[in-house]
Amino acid sequence: MAASPLLELRGIDKSFGPVQVLHDVGLSVYPGEVTALVGDNGAGKSTLVKCVSGIYTIDAGTVTFDGKQVAIHTPRDASTLGIEVVYQDLALCDNLDIVQNMFLGREKVKGIVLDEPTMEQMAGDTLAGLSVRTVKSLRQLVASLSGGQRQTVAIAKAVLWNSRVVILDEPTAALGVAQTAQVLELVRRLADNGLGVVLISHNMNDVFAVSDRIAALYLGRMAAQVKTADVTHSQVVELITAGRSGNLGLPPETPNDFVDITPAGDER
Amino acid sequence: MSTTATTPSAGAVKVQKPTVASHVNDYWGRVRGGDLGALPAILGLVVLCLIFGAARQDTFLSTLNFANLFSQGAQVILIAMGLVFVLLLGEIDLSAGFASGVCGAVMAILLTNHGWDWYTAVPAALITGLVIGFVLGFLVAKVGIPSFVVTLAAFLAFQGILLVLLSGGINVSVRDPFVLKLANSNMSVLWSWVLAIGSVVAYAALQLNRIRSRAARGLTTDPVGIVALRIGGLALVLLVATALLTQERSINPVIISVKGVPIVVPIIAFFLVLWTFVLSRTTYGRHVYAVGGNAEAARRAGIPVDRIRISVFVIGSFMAAIGGILAVSRANSVDPNTGGSNVLLYAVGAAVIGGTSLFGGKGKVVNAVIGGAVVAVIDNGMVLMGYSSGVKYIFTGLILLIAASVDALSRRRAAATGT
Ligand SMILES: Nc1ncnc2c1ncn2[C@@H]1O[C@H](COP(=O)(O)OP(=O)(O)OP(=O)(O)O)[C@@H](O)[C@H]1O
Ligand SMILES: [Mg+2]
Repeated sequence: MAASPLLELRGIDKSFGPVQVLHDVGLSVYPGEVTALVGDNGAGKSTLVKCVSGIYTIDAGTVTFDGKQVAIHTPRDASTLGIEVVYQDLALCDNLDIVQNMFLGREKVKGIVLDEPTMEQMAGDTLAGLSVRTVKSLRQLVASLSGGQRQTVAIAKAVLWNSRVVILDEPTAALGVAQTAQVLELVRRLADNGLGVVLISHNMNDVFAVSDRIAALYLGRMAAQVKTADVTHSQVVELITAGRSGNLGLPPETPNDFVDITPAGDER
Repeated sequence: MSTTATTPSAGAVKVQKPTVASHVNDYWGRVRGGDLGALPAILGLVVLCLIFGAARQDTFLSTLNFANLFSQGAQVILIAMGLVFVLLLGEIDLSAGFASGVCGAVMAILLTNHGWDWYTAVPAALITGLVIGFVLGFLVAKVGIPSFVVTLAAFLAFQGILLVLLSGGINVSVRDPFVLKLANSNMSVLWSWVLAIGSVVAYAALQLNRIRSRAARGLTTDPVGIVALRIGGLALVLLVATALLTQERSINPVIISVKGVPIVVPIIAFFLVLWTFVLSRTTYGRHVYAVGGNAEAARRAGIPVDRIRISVFVIGSFMAAIGGILAVSRANSVDPNTGGSNVLLYAVGAAVIGGTSLFGGKGKVVNAVIGGAVVAVIDNGMVLMGYSSGVKYIFTGLILLIAASVDALSRRRAAATGT
């Protein structure tokens, strides 16, 4: 069913000084689908996302967007392509209101003056398009919002720009049950609107509830990318914890896989 | 105007249509949530004026003293305006006082010793301010030294530069009529009124225009009652002040007539309007708040954080230069203590007492003016009451401490009620 991938990563390497965090990682993101990116703490999920969004530069590998190879060096490059990220540590300014946050760094201006009415209207339309009707005022400070509302603002910020790919890094990590359900519903709706969605999550229930595909990172390597319908909970858990499960995942031997990862300082 | 109707607005998101009651409620909610803004400073100002006024009716309440307050407070207020930008990023500039002294000295020396004209000497002082700010900002943003250390070092160094410029401490006097007028003369009565009425009319026009354009797009607007209150309040303050300042206040009117609004008032007003516009209506201002609120979020949004950081120090030192020029004008001269002693502490105090947060991200330029007024009134009132400088400093220190506590407590309060 799925057409060609909208965003495709191949052979991504990334090191911080002597520590190589990503090894030859590949990932395909399809339009209209939610791809869950799973992996243990420190597997490199957030790092991979930051490489795609231009916060980190990659050491090796290619990024193909919409069939064309692209170079992403800054957050601006990513947003120009239509790639938006909702970060694990919410990138919102508490001292600004909802509209100001949604347009941060990309404010609409008339001459040199901020065009507040236009921004307010666009923000309102976007929230309405996501069926969000829970905010009291668009001019409320973000500091006064609940965790779920903040997450909603962060997601709305990401889709405001006719974005094509939205990456969410643990959007439900800090939320209660009801708010988690709301946010997941929102995530699903993004994909149903035709966006390519990447969802990072530690929660298997969430992953199986909304995702179409699952990509499992294990110690900085892509263990497997599979259709959600083809695997079970326990297989995914095995992929996360051991890097393989049955005939899925990384090849069993490769002792040198692990040499790179453990404190590699004295080798170099 | 008291029913809370829900109207569709801003696209299809339902938002409450604000009424006078909901406005008051929201404001009270913010105050309870710890966002006090300038409220404590305004209340403090009123209380102080009542106390000093009751105790020294004939001196503190005289129109002569009222006019004096402006020229006494001008240097501190202008420096504090620049400090608001620095504080908005959660940084500090301890060198602003002596930076203003150095800039003032540059101007005075060029005027007096080198025979420059005011229209070259004043820009030279301003450029000195810009350069100082750029160097400070560069050291903080690019080299990564904490601003506390950079500006503490600069505080000492500028004090030295001032001594060197003044060849070890001689006093350079200024006779340029333009420069002397800045802090010592008044506008004519006619111009005083033109300025006051013009300001009220312009403010009213801006407010009404804002309502009209928002209503035209179906966005919520502030209730008429609140807007009328704002315009009426400004009109009352400006017109009463102008009426007082256009009275004859010379001690001996036969010899010399003194009346009209002091020239420092439009100077302060100009920078108040300019910087308020920059902070609240331009992309740059929005980015200053963003970097102050969450620098990492700002960086991810593509905002050039380092450049913003440098720019606030540039604005800070530029305003220090303006303050220095006015200080030299008021004293008719520059000496090694111009911009020294308590000027910097008063300026930081003014910004913080007015409601600017020391933690960054919260504050307005008008805070500097209100806080500066509090500082000027304390300074002036306590002298008139016959207290020694010692008592005055202790009292000002306590007020600053109270303001900083309010800031710190409201931050904790906001953290507690925020999420
Ligand atoms: N800026 C950095 N400098 C050095 N090492 C880093 C940096 N950022 C991440 N790392 C390391 O890279 C590894 C992967 O980190 P990353 O944050 O990508 O993991 P993650 O999969 O997102 O984990 P979590 O589930 O806990 O969010 C970790 O070992 C981490 O210590
Ligand atoms: Mg992570």
